[in-house]
Amino acid sequence: MKARFILFSVPLILFVVMAYFLATGLEHDPKELPSMQLHNAVPPFELTSVDDPSQIITQADFKGPALINLWATWCPSCRIEHPVLNQLAKAGITIYGIDHTDERQAAQAYLKLHGNPYALNVFDEEGELGLDMGITGAPETFLIDAEGIVRCHHVGIVDEKAWRDVLWPVWLDVGGFDPTKSQSGATQ
Amino acid sequence: MTRLLVLVASCFFCVNLSATILVYEFEDEDKREQFDELAQELRCPKCQNQNIADSDAGVAKLIKDRVYKLVKEGKTKQEITDHMVDRYGDFVTYRPPVRKSTFLLWFGPVVFLVVAIIGLLIFIRANNAKKEQRAPKALSQEEQQKVQALLKQYESDKDQNSPN
Repeated sequence: MKARFILFSVPLILFVVMAYFLATGLEHDPKELPSMQLHNAVPPFELTSVDDPSQIITQADFKGPALINLWATWCPSCRIEHPVLNQLAKAGITIYGIDHTDERQAAQAYLKLHGNPYALNVFDEEGELGLDMGITGAPETFLIDAEGIVRCHHVGIVDEKAWRDVLWPVWLDVGGFDPTKSQSGATQ
Repeated sequence: MTRLLVLVASCFFCVNLSATILVYEFEDEDKREQFDELAQELRCPKCQNQNIADSDAGVAKLIKDRVYKLVKEGKTKQEITDHMVDRYGDFVTYRPPVRKSTFLLWFGPVVFLVVAIIGLLIFIRANNAKKEQRAPKALSQEEQQKVQALLKQYESDKDQNSPN
């Protein structure tokens, strides 16, 4: 009887364990990696501005709360999110740009054509800063708090849904400027 | 036969050709070896199951360039791996360090093996016990006669039914 009990209970336990791991695997997207940049300060850098090659920008110039958006002219997804960034900038949200492995002239022409949402735009020609921030591609968007600590790392396009569901809650949490409130305040 | 040999031989050459050509130059043979090892062991964070030597993703090139720079600076293999783990986490290396979160990865297979062996032993013992129980006992004389009678009847039935 005891042997029989073990004979049946062992496969049952194995089944439950396997089912648990496989079920959690269903929910898990292997492309989503934990960001190492989260809760860290922006790594030190010293690069020129996209607009002006003589202007040097460092990590100290990134003053939070703000968004840091990694983009490039060769990146089709960046073009999709660009109007959203323009809107956010217009609403008064500070966005810093990192132009990733790009050409300066192409970048300047792109911003002229599609609008420039960036308060500062770092020209990261070799992608060194991108690598130090642990990026896997473009576009990626970071949210920094007032101390310059990264509080959110969003991989992929910032569309309205990503802004509303992913970035906006963190933005409010770090005490970011709330355009909806200031607007209602102004009309009253 | 020669054709077959050529075919088989050409298969081996294909394997050699598939190795990625890396365009990084080193004056020092040791450093080149170190770079090649790292390019094999570092995993591309964008493309799941490729090392950075195989991958054409932008980020794989960034990592290769950085590894090249660090190797040239004379950094050790461990230092360079740590440098990448700082930026991309344990995912970036095909040899993740032993720690709490990688415990299952490192020791899971051993645990499974032990459980499987224990299970197998239990199964074999249980089976042996059953076999002993089920071992045929010698027939009694009465049973023996019964068997003979049935066999005889079967033989005679068969003779009657056959057409010849």
